[in-house]
Amino acid sequence: MADNKFAAYICAGCGIGDTLDIAALEKIAQKECKMAAVKSHPFLCNQEGVQIIKNDIANEGVTHLCIAACSRRAKTEAFAFADACVSRANLREGVLWVVAAGAEHDEVRQEMAEDYLRMGCAEVKKMKQPAGNPDKAINRTILVVGGGMTGMTAAIEAAEAGYAVLIVEKSAALGGFARQLWKRVPFAAPYAEAQPTGADELAARVSGHARIKLHLNSTLAETAGAPGRFQVKIAQESGSVTEVVVGAIIQATGFSAYDINKLPQLGGGQANVVDQAGLESLARNAALAGGVIKRADGKEVNRVVFVQCAGQRDASGQHLSYCSGHCCATSIKQATYFKDANPLVDTVVIYQDLRVPGMGEDFYRSAQDKGVVFTKGTVSKVSGGGSCSVTFKDLILDEEATLVADLVVLATGQVPNAGTDMELWNQVSTDADNGDEAAKTRQQELRAASVLKLAYRQGPDMPQFKHGFADSHFICFPYETRRTGIYAAGPTRRPMDLDQAMTDATGAALKAIQAVENAAAGRAAHPRVGDLSYPIVRLEGCTQCKRCTVECPFGAIDEDERRFPQFNEQRCRRCGTCMGACPVRVISFENYSCDTVGMQIKAVNIPDEFEEKPRILILACENDAYPALDMAGLQRLTYSAYVRAIPIRCLGSVNTVWITDALSSGYDGVMMMGCKKGDDYQCHFVKGSEMAYYRLSKIEDTMKQMSLEPERVQSHEIAITDNARVARLIDDYVAQIKEIGLSPMKGFG
Amino acid sequence: MKEYAFYPGCSSQKGDSADNFLRSIDVVCKKLDIKLNEIPDWNCCGASIAYGEGGELPRLALGARNLALTEEKLPGQDMVSVCPACWLANRETVERLHQQPQLHTDVNLALAEAGLNYKGTAKPRHFIEVLVEDIGWESMKAPVVKSLEGIKIAGYVGCQTNRPFGMMGESFENPVYLDNMINMVGAEAVPYDQKVTCCGGALAFSEPDKAQKQIRDIVESAYDHGAEMIVTPCQLCQANVEVYQSEINKKQGTQFNMPVVYYTQLMSVAYGGSAKDAGLDGQVIKAAKLESIAMK
Amino acid sequence: MTTNTTAAYQNSFLREVEAHVEEGAWVKMCMQCGVCAGSCPFGPHWEHSPQKIFMMIRAGKREEVLRSDSMWMCTSCYNCLVRCPRKLPITHIMHGLAHYAHRLGLAPKGQPTRESARLFWNNCIKHGRINELKFTLALYFKDGLAQGIKNALAMQGIGLAMLKAKRLNPFAIFGGHQCKDKSGIQKIVAKARELEAKRQEQAA
Repeated sequence: MADNKFAAYICAGCGIGDTLDIAALEKIAQKECKMAAVKSHPFLCNQEGVQIIKNDIANEGVTHLCIAACSRRAKTEAFAFADACVSRANLREGVLWVVAAGAEHDEVRQEMAEDYLRMGCAEVKKMKQPAGNPDKAINRTILVVGGGMTGMTAAIEAAEAGYAVLIVEKSAALGGFARQLWKRVPFAAPYAEAQPTGADELAARVSGHARIKLHLNSTLAETAGAPGRFQVKIAQESGSVTEVVVGAIIQATGFSAYDINKLPQLGGGQANVVDQAGLESLARNAALAGGVIKRADGKEVNRVVFVQCAGQRDASGQHLSYCSGHCCATSIKQATYFKDANPLVDTVVIYQDLRVPGMGEDFYRSAQDKGVVFTKGTVSKVSGGGSCSVTFKDLILDEEATLVADLVVLATGQVPNAGTDMELWNQVSTDADNGDEAAKTRQQELRAASVLKLAYRQGPDMPQFKHGFADSHFICFPYETRRTGIYAAGPTRRPMDLDQAMTDATGAALKAIQAVENAAAGRAAHPRVGDLSYPIVRLEGCTQCKRCTVECPFGAIDEDERRFPQFNEQRCRRCGTCMGACPVRVISFENYSCDTVGMQIKAVNIPDEFEEKPRILILACENDAYPALDMAGLQRLTYSAYVRAIPIRCLGSVNTVWITDALSSGYDGVMMMGCKKGDDYQCHFVKGSEMAYYRLSKIEDTMKQMSLEPERVQSHEIAITDNARVARLIDDYVAQIKEIGLSPMKGFG
Repeated sequence: MKEYAFYPGCSSQKGDSADNFLRSIDVVCKKLDIKLNEIPDWNCCGASIAYGEGGELPRLALGARNLALTEEKLPGQDMVSVCPACWLANRETVERLHQQPQLHTDVNLALAEAGLNYKGTAKPRHFIEVLVEDIGWESMKAPVVKSLEGIKIAGYVGCQTNRPFGMMGESFENPVYLDNMINMVGAEAVPYDQKVTCCGGALAFSEPDKAQKQIRDIVESAYDHGAEMIVTPCQLCQANVEVYQSEINKKQGTQFNMPVVYYTQLMSVAYGGSAKDAGLDGQVIKAAKLESIAMK
Repeated sequence: MTTNTTAAYQNSFLREVEAHVEEGAWVKMCMQCGVCAGSCPFGPHWEHSPQKIFMMIRAGKREEVLRSDSMWMCTSCYNCLVRCPRKLPITHIMHGLAHYAHRLGLAPKGQPTRESARLFWNNCIKHGRINELKFTLALYFKDGLAQGIKNALAMQGIGLAMLKAKRLNPFAIFGGHQCKDKSGIQKIVAKARELEAKRQEQAA
């Protein structure tokens, strides 16, 4: 490889040249930063400016360049050079637009710009051009686990897009829960009448599709590998095992109905009290017999009561605490089964809050128009038998009432079929590792009950949420899971109706296609789609502390037989949490490492204490916090010129060495800005920001040793919309630092 | 000249509770070259209270008689009302008979008893619609010779001018045409929070205490927001809000003395009409400021 | 209170309302949001909001609904109607229910608005136009002579003020404004009543 040649390009456009001393900046790039070529241009992102850079790369051998202009988030296309490493010094959004106007601020403004230039030059010197993962995984087959409406839809979508599909279905037929339905809630205009489910037609399409292969009566026996190279063992009921290689997996394992027998107070288990599936079965029988819906004992139904939220939205802790979303519309549909056959049948729906997402309101109106009576009430008791009764409090009329009915339908909820609870797995595994024999047996049982049977260090299924739903980045990217290349779709990941499940399946199919294509090209999957860098570990320095394997939010790192970390690059999302975790700093990316950030921190000019100019380091997550800072600039909100912001991939990638280095070299404070953590996290890498907070709690001891106040390191949860807040936080912090006093560490760094 | 079939309504007749309203309308029509042709032998629309005894079909038949007379005697002319209750009843009749053909058939069976037939062509409109849509703001402003500058006025739209049909597609919660009229004559429309509050309507007779609570809210809010006068497009609003102030004062110890006038009275004065032309002699609470401008 | 009757929440009274009450077919379309209840100027004064009346109809509470005085509290301000997210013609339904209850003789006896509605209609049909003086006097004297004099005296200040403003014509007592074709009007109304009764019989 040819020698590296470093260059800096300074833009004077957008008013940068009117406010900043460009000549002084050039001088710093040449003299201090020792850049081989330094050029300024009045309008660098225009065709001429970009051409200058292109020529330098092509003809002058420039390999690394620092562009001192606007934010790295602006003009990304103009400043994308495939053959060079690029760093960006943010003079526009980071300096010009945020430092207060006026000559009295000229000095600090110029200092800030100079520091950003120094940082950009320092960063690029430590960067390497990512070569891409040499270990490409090229299998593009998509495995769908579950042959219900979700699974079949995902399979058809992927197959129609040209991908080979395998469906593994544990029962003997396709169709899943939908095959038990007589009709489905309307999904097409005018959303007024129940429609045929279409399950049989879809099953026929799937069965006859040239690119779809079925494995009925089958389950997964083992899943190993990574996107583009999953090795899967499919076990037949008979015991025979087929080994296949697939590129991505869609888990569409659906739901089971909440057990009606757990609701004796609501008549569960008594004659003529059925759940919604039970009513569908009566309706199907009636249709087959060509008559009206009859009870199990053959009696005609003249009066039917629907009890919503049966064993759902339960505050007592005994039953499901959540709303399953589909049941109101389902009861509306079932009431119209009766009304359509005979308008004189009395149908009463007792609801807590009638919730009909999508176009359900039109369906609700249609049922009202047919004379279905709806009332808001709380049902306290149902008894079954020859004549059923429903006692409830009518919350509109504020009185108790008892209805007699021939049939009562309980709207019970959806329980996800998501396999094994990973938290339980972790507990049991810890006990098993400590030699507990019972735990070892339990561990085997849990593995057997899992859906995916992953041979991952992190356990056999994807993580689950509260209530046992399969993983989902539910706030920002609902299809994403923490097991790269494995996507959950349909009611296994959250309660939903058929229409939503089929839409969900389409999305999951697209995600699976993206995953196989990225893996085949050696690129990262979401959210750093297309990133060619990947974690490189210097094993000779590794102490086998396992922090990287434990902290990786995506279970991308296994352990090899010598207990060294074994990176599965295709599972990796490039967040750098492993890099932040590593105490001996042996993990790095070619263009993002402890050095690329560390050298930026060191490049900042720290004024001595007599100048009374504090320096505050901001480590800002590039997903939300750094854009928020940029947008503060875009809105011309001002903040202190004493801060120096460095974009980072995720707070999880923050290695504590950066903080201790900053403090010991005389920074007066450090602000860490990342995404929301906790149960309703917004961290793009799920656990990254949480990890950072955890590590930060450990840094306090170090600070005490350095006799530094704990206030000198702060962390904030910043959303992308927090532009005004972020400016306020900075100014408040600068004021606080002035109050505490400047760092005693100045001059030692 | 623009010509219209005119449906005055009971209260605007001579010697009735809105006698003065009609006099001010005459001034406005003369200035704006509008000719209102009274529908021969028109009958009471039944107003909103007719439902109690009248029910649906008899009430609609009563309204349809006026529509039929308009079609027969003043063909091609829009049927203009100045009273919101009349306008509403007429529009409701048209709407209902249009939506329910059976009712239309039955109404004509009833009308046949008096030799009449309703075809469905008569178009009921409000006088304000004529002013805004047919005359226009520019032409409406042109005859203004006296500015009402310095008078702060609470524009009280009330209910039936505003709901359920509304005018010119304006919002039900905050219509602004009345404020625009106030500003047009040079006065100042004050913002206040009872612009579309109900005055109690016909229940001012049967439920006086409940209605007077509404009226008190309206007058009080007008005072609180600096108004010196209330202006309204509605006869019932005018009567209720003006006439019961003394009752409220007597019962609740307030000292209300807020003049309540019609928008056409403002326009008459601004157009140079005398106090008598504008019907200001018909005020139970004298509109002194307006009178003094009229006398200038 | 427990309404443990078999008629509870059956469609029977709802069907009766649909057949006999003006715009009654809309009752089943209410989604119980309560916007009407919060929009009524006489909200503090009635026992049952429109929302509740509609639910009572669906719950089969025939007597309670028709004997309620809530419908008679309607000022016809149309606030409920324009705000109803389901576009129910609430004002008209309330009027229709009031009329139906009045016709069946179930509406509360002596309810002042019921009385005033009756007097207004009769006044209007008799002359073709409203005679404001006669209507006012009839209203004062509806509860007998003694109460009438008391009412009239209580309101004499207002009467005199209106007289002075020439907005009350004392000579209207001898006739006042009226239509020429009074008999035609009365025939129209009689025929309409007859047809309405016939249609409702057919619908029921």
